[in-house]
Amino acid sequence: MKPLTDGNQQTGLANKKNRFWSRAFQQRYLYMMSLPFVLWIFIFSYVPVWGWLTAFQNYKPKDSIFNQKWVGLDNFIELFQDERFYIVLRNTLAMSTMGLVVSFTIPVIFALLLNEMRGQFFKRSVQTISYLPHFVSWVVVAGLVSKMLSTDGGAVNQLLIYLNIIDSPIQFMAKGEWFWSIVTLSDLWKEMGWNSIIFLAAMSGIDPELYEASTVDGAGRFRKMWHITLPGIRTTFMVLFILSIGHLVSIGFEKQFLLGNPLVSDYSEVLDLYALKYGIQMSRYSYGTAIGIFNSVVSILLVFIANGIYKRVTKESII
Amino acid sequence: MQGTMRRNTGDKVFDTFIYIFMTIVAIVTLYPFLNVLAISFNDSVDTVRGGITIYPREFTLKNYETIFGFDGLLVGFKNSVLRTVIGTAIGVLSASMMAYTLSRPDFQARRWMSVAFALTMYFTGGLIPGFLLMKNLGLIGTFSVYIIPALLSVWNVFVVRSYIDGLPYALQESAKIDGANDWTIFWKVILPLCQPVLATIALFIAVGHWNSWFDTYLFNNRSPENTTLQYELMKVLLSTQTGNNYRDPNAQQAISAVSPESIKMAITIVVTIPILMVYPFLQKYFVKGMTLGAVKS
Repeated sequence: MKPLTDGNQQTGLANKKNRFWSRAFQQRYLYMMSLPFVLWIFIFSYVPVWGWLTAFQNYKPKDSIFNQKWVGLDNFIELFQDERFYIVLRNTLAMSTMGLVVSFTIPVIFALLLNEMRGQFFKRSVQTISYLPHFVSWVVVAGLVSKMLSTDGGAVNQLLIYLNIIDSPIQFMAKGEWFWSIVTLSDLWKEMGWNSIIFLAAMSGIDPELYEASTVDGAGRFRKMWHITLPGIRTTFMVLFILSIGHLVSIGFEKQFLLGNPLVSDYSEVLDLYALKYGIQMSRYSYGTAIGIFNSVVSILLVFIANGIYKRVTKESII
Repeated sequence: MQGTMRRNTGDKVFDTFIYIFMTIVAIVTLYPFLNVLAISFNDSVDTVRGGITIYPREFTLKNYETIFGFDGLLVGFKNSVLRTVIGTAIGVLSASMMAYTLSRPDFQARRWMSVAFALTMYFTGGLIPGFLLMKNLGLIGTFSVYIIPALLSVWNVFVVRSYIDGLPYALQESAKIDGANDWTIFWKVILPLCQPVLATIALFIAVGHWNSWFDTYLFNNRSPENTTLQYELMKVLLSTQTGNNYRDPNAQQAISAVSPESIKMAITIVVTIPILMVYPFLQKYFVKGMTLGAVKS
């Protein structure tokens, strides 16, 4: 770099500008490696947010977003007056709450039991097997689930009949009242092992001296689990829990889409599917976008509420 | 801590309980796969009699012969493989390029670019605006819709970046003194050193591509030349969803002598096998990657 030779401000400024461009030139390869992706993220992540405006319009695809008729909150008013919306909201909240409760209790118990296992080989084998379903697609899982629950030779019905719990096979997939449980349990089957990894990692981070000290104090196995292992994973647990609460209304739709069928749609339709049906299949883009916005706003609110409660209880914030 | 523990009766009962519980978990996890595998090799007419557990009663390869005669399935297989290979290669390269530039402390644009990328992790445009964007970009009904919108994952960028941050910076400086430019440093110094983390994200990306079906459903449901294996399985699945009560007449299946149920099972196996083949690697890298992410956050 050329040192500044005089105190003249204009020259200083020009120099600074020159320096900027000469450094930019020096770093041209870095720019070449990053600018295409910045452009890409602008198009694929920022432009769709601009598309939120369509919720306040009566969007017709043949014109650009700037030449649309503005309708204010009409789409939202229509949404809140639709009876179907409340059924869909009920299904969404029911399945997400059930999922939240199950996915934050069973994997913890599973991890706790794994942590207590003595035989390393058996422990590893169980872990290897339990992670497997995480990697297969929901399409495959839905196929397996409907096979297991089918009335002609499904394992679940056969087992229940064998144990004399029922006399004739239950049509699990055709009865709406079973749907929420089927979704929750399929999710548990797919993700239990995987979700336990993070708890196991947290457990392995607990100071072994704590266990030794408590052995000296005469604590038994269950007391150690209760007073050392569980408190040891509390922070991890709470962070994950609060983040999940933010996803209460945006639980995705893959499971519901693939496991559902017209017979159970009163129980299987969730917000995202509702948006998909109106927004894309019926080409009511503005209405579909309004549903999406409702979804996002509620998610953000829920995260803040959950974090607020957590803050009040523990005096620390996670976001 | 376990070794020093005194073992009393309560302990033994509890240990036995754990072993029984874990055995049940293993059986419940594996049985559906084994059952489907057995049915896929069992004679279609015989399967209807029911009672197949984990081995075929009347062994046949006819189910597989039938599905490999389906045009849709072959095209789907080709596209699934293509999108997985291309998507993974591009995904790994772009994530590492972006990560490298963001890791360079002297890079002018580093700060605002980091913010621009990080922000996108907190919001999404949603389903409909995303769909309209693809429509306006003319990506609907093309193969590119599998590659371009999924070009980069911000999460992967940050994973690779934190890995690069852990490498000694002196390596880059000495390369620079030797006259290497930034591209050469990236290509010859950084990429080879990043192999472990790149393997991790490559597996993440590959599994994601292989398993994805919704983009085919949404963007390519009217262009059979762009179908994927998962989407073909989904179609068969939905057409047989409620067992005997509901059956969508599918021309392709009507002409074959093999029942839709057996076809579904055979396709399920074909879709799952590649995952099983990479599973040993997956387990090694995924678990590491998962705990890495946990420690970072």
